[in-house]
Amino acid sequence: MKISFDKLDKAFENRVRLQIMSVLVANDRYDFNSLKDLLDITDGNLASHLKALEKEEYMVVHKSFMGRKPNTNYEATEKGKKAFKEHLNTLEQLIKQQKSI
Amino acid sequence: MEEKEIHDELAAIRGLMERSSKFISLSGLSGILAGVYALIGAGAAYLLILNANLFSNAQYTVFTDSSGIHNFIIDYSSLVWQLSSIAMAVLLASITTAILLSKRQARRKNQPIWGRISRQLIFHMAVPLLAGGGLIVGLIFDSHLFYIQVAPVCLIFYGLALVSASNFTFPMVKYLGLCEIALGLIAACVPGYGLLFWALGFGVLHIIYGGMMYLKYDR
Repeated sequence: MKISFDKLDKAFENRVRLQIMSVLVANDRYDFNSLKDLLDITDGNLASHLKALEKEEYMVVHKSFMGRKPNTNYEATEKGKKAFKEHLNTLEQLIKQQKSI
Repeated sequence: MEEKEIHDELAAIRGLMERSSKFISLSGLSGILAGVYALIGAGAAYLLILNANLFSNAQYTVFTDSSGIHNFIIDYSSLVWQLSSIAMAVLLASITTAILLSKRQARRKNQPIWGRISRQLIFHMAVPLLAGGGLIVGLIFDSHLFYIQVAPVCLIFYGLALVSASNFTFPMVKYLGLCEIALGLIAACVPGYGLLFWALGFGVLHIIYGGMMYLKYDR
């Protein structure tokens, strides 16, 4: 069976989005600032990718206040976790396929 | 996408998942050093106790209890203070070393030393430690009879702290914690050898654990 690149999830084509998703799958929740420090990217860049993932319904946003500071947490949805897993499986199969050629 | 590219991608994801959920900047070297400090402290404590028994510089108070039997209390309070100071010095030296070496390791592993993960690690460690610490202060000041259980209580609560914190760092920490708990329970059944078990748990076990960590992760 030939696996084509089309099977890879378009939402994860961007590297930052795949990275965000891997953090959210490994942790129950993650907050904006920790995510920013971890990935070492700018506020705007991170925010736009988070929006994109939210639009895909791969994660949900929890907004709350810690004292007076807004604290935004992100949590992966079941749909997001499934899509992430499938994406990784496809990558794995692509490697196997290339090895067998 | 080339094969190497996919491999890099997968490696990056794996690294990120680990870095985001585990504090991987603990240094094995700090475990070894903590063990060495503990052994030095235990040696000093042993000499102090020997000294106190030989020269009887403890204060005696003789009194007659209700049944008319002469009895006496030995006032070990100065010895207790000296021993507590040694324990505190060992603790402070170990914590300072752990922080300094973790800082170096964090820089190398590209992980923030004070972030979400280290806060969770410290919280899960602090809860059992503070509970145990409170109990020990109570044991020392409340009743002289319970002195004997100070070492087992130290070991058991320290072990619990390690097990509870181990979700946020290397799995090896969990095994160290379980060994400390087991040793503490054994020590509780063999009263009178507190210092020996203390030296085994905080000295020898730390050196073994630190050595294994050093070989596995530090280099």
